[in-house]
Amino acid sequence: MKDKKSARVVVVTSGKGGVGKTTSTAALGAALAHLGEKVVVIDFDVGLRNLDLVMGAERRVVFDLINVIHGVAKLPQALIRDKRLENLHLLPASQTRDKDALTEDGVAKVIGEMRSKFDWIICDSPAGIERGATLAMRYADAAIIVTNPEVSSVRDSDRIIGLLDSKTEKAERGECVDKHLLVTRYHPWRASRGEMLAIDDVLEILSVPLLGIIPESEEVLRASNVGSPVTLNSPASPPARAYFEAARRLKGETIPMRVPSENRGIFNKLFGRKAA
Amino acid sequence: MNIFNWFSRGSAPIARERLQILLAHERNERDQPDLLGVLREEILTLISRHVSFDPDKVQIKMDRGKSVSTLAVDIEIPNAFGTPAAASQQRRPRSKRSRNEGAQAMDQRVA
Repeated sequence: MKDKKSARVVVVTSGKGGVGKTTSTAALGAALAHLGEKVVVIDFDVGLRNLDLVMGAERRVVFDLINVIHGVAKLPQALIRDKRLENLHLLPASQTRDKDALTEDGVAKVIGEMRSKFDWIICDSPAGIERGATLAMRYADAAIIVTNPEVSSVRDSDRIIGLLDSKTEKAERGECVDKHLLVTRYHPWRASRGEMLAIDDVLEILSVPLLGIIPESEEVLRASNVGSPVTLNSPASPPARAYFEAARRLKGETIPMRVPSENRGIFNKLFGRKAA
Repeated sequence: MNIFNWFSRGSAPIARERLQILLAHERNERDQPDLLGVLREEILTLISRHVSFDPDKVQIKMDRGKSVSTLAVDIEIPNAFGTPAAASQQRRPRSKRSRNEGAQAMDQRVA
């Protein structure tokens, strides 16, 4: 393993809650780690942490991000190493402190310290546009905007894109945060019937390049139920494959985009899943 | 934009159209002061210089269209007898309402 790394800082953000930020952070973090990258995922949702739970590390939390910022714990003490993938790490959020305990200088220090130790630093943003969300994106090199094909989610994503273009350190230096759109909870059959915004509609409205399309699937719920990222829990399932492809695109690989096709229950079972 | 299309093809085209109009406005206003707020303040200041009215009796309506938006300000001006402002109101018509509807139509380009 290389000694001096220079991590890429990625924020997973959305504005709206419940669209799949935490699920996507866990799934992409695990996928990147599985592909051999050294990854840390950081929970920025101070007061309402959940990344630990989705990753199955909830009973191993001793110290958290705020403790590290305040010097109560050293970074290596607070990092939790994943039991399944040794190059996947979690820095949990504090459950008890209020979000004002998060300071800009503190976050800069922690991320700065991590940059030389990891390939990827993935920041799981809280919902909203308050302090936690703006600090999660503050030092990002790239952003993954998680959007559901639904009006309120698309509107909030547009708002977040505005913040990425103005409130990040990169934007203030006159540079641009690389933006990627991740459409989650996509129902192919609803989109094909015109009941749900199509991928092209969302792309046209937001004008952000597409990183992946994650189909709605019970596998995602099952994975969080058992505390394992879907990319580890059922790697062959359609959502896991979509996350793996998104992770490879994030690494810079060119992989043709597959729009999940219509899924007709028994018909699908008889003829098998769409070939990869 | 075909109404028959909407029924046969589901509601997604409506969602798309609504979002396009809304976001065109929100992107325009993102880095500017609240235009509606500024106009409301200035219009009310101007009118209160000449007549007295109850701030609760003011209705402001905004309709954001694709190429043109309208701002309607509806102020209920009491027929104030014997108030200091009465003298200045004598030239006003008997109607207690003064409608400015459509007068402040704003052109806002849609991206």
